[in-house]
Amino acid sequence: MEISVTINGVTHTGDVEPRTLLVHYIREHVGLTGTNIGCDTSSCGACSVHLDGEAVKSCTVLAVQADGHELTTIEGLAAEDGTLHPMQQAFMDNHALQCGYCTPGMVMAATSLLQENPSPTEDDVRIGLEGNLCRCTGYHNIVQAVLAAAK
Amino acid sequence: MIPAAFEYVRAGSADEAISMIGEHGDEAKFLAGGHSLIPLMKLRLAQPTVLVDIGRVNDLSYIRDGGDHVAIGALTRHMDVENSELLRSEVPLLAHAASHVGDPQVRHRGTLGGTIAHADPASDLPATTLALGATYVAQGPNGTREIAAADFYEGFLESALAPDEMLTEIRVPKMDGAGWSFQKFNRRAQDWAIVGVAAWRRNGDSAVALVNMGSVPVLATSVSSALSSGASIDDAAEQAAAEAEPQADLNASVEYRTHLAKVLVKRALTEASG
Repeated sequence: MEISVTINGVTHTGDVEPRTLLVHYIREHVGLTGTNIGCDTSSCGACSVHLDGEAVKSCTVLAVQADGHELTTIEGLAAEDGTLHPMQQAFMDNHALQCGYCTPGMVMAATSLLQENPSPTEDDVRIGLEGNLCRCTGYHNIVQAVLAAAK
Repeated sequence: MIPAAFEYVRAGSADEAISMIGEHGDEAKFLAGGHSLIPLMKLRLAQPTVLVDIGRVNDLSYIRDGGDHVAIGALTRHMDVENSELLRSEVPLLAHAASHVGDPQVRHRGTLGGTIAHADPASDLPATTLALGATYVAQGPNGTREIAAADFYEGFLESALAPDEMLTEIRVPKMDGAGWSFQKFNRRAQDWAIVGVAAWRRNGDSAVALVNMGSVPVLATSVSSALSSGASIDDAAEQAAAEAEPQADLNASVEYRTHLAKVLVKRALTEASG
């Protein structure tokens, strides 16, 4: 089936099998490998991207469901001149990553969280990131980074 | 994990969806948000040969004041249920319970109609709408019919919906100031409840429904009967599992689930009475 998806402002048109998962479409068809596959069971959040501005787990969305919609992946956050998105900068400044595997998904979930709640409390951030797992258990600095970005 | 191959068709309206599902027979399934169905398909526990995508039937996404009830379109997402001012004021138990489904990413996609039609006894909102005495509206080739939540759940992942019927609306009575509580016990934030309880009390009236205490969501009618005949919360909560037939799994034995149900019902009734 032919689908057309706008990813980070660029429209991609191509044929996919209906069973193609969105994360595989992003990584293998479009070639944007910043979005990671973690658990592949909608638990860990490593594959989080924005679908029409809201965080979703791209391992649990079919590419055909995104047909005609807009996606933002981690590659689409920084400005064209390379200036990091404030959330990316906050993750850097607060040492909010250890191995880094969960980071793209964490950043996408965190930016979605702040769009819905621009002034979260620490509890709001912890609950708001419940869909993202960090196997290094580096949650403390991740929460600090999101709170810093909110300022 | 990749689902088995299937044919994909997209419906623009409820009528079109019902005619498509009728055309393709028993092996076809509706796809709404996909957050129950796609995981099952990835595990190959479900292998529909045709998916009828109803995710773009936008006129089934709404939350409307129906006078004595709130009418919710089946394709309304959990996040919209959670954030609805109307539901927060008129049916706060449902808005609150919706905020406990999965995690924000799941709530951005999953729909109220989807979780009810999926009829998973471990899901939060089938039991919550059961406690609230909701009515579900189903549309089929011969028109629409209303199904009481209490008559809807027939077995594990089995509902009263015919294969060619589609859930279109959920009507939830306004709570009219009732005290309420939603208790969800799990070990990790985003998990399904090991046991959950949705409860409300108003004057002498009450209802208590249990999550993950059997093959269907369970209405704990013995608890309500005990309360209405004057039993204390502690004594009424002892009846929590009277209607339940809990199963053992990796998380809990039957005995543990039964104990947990009593503890959580007691907490729920205490909160709902506060």
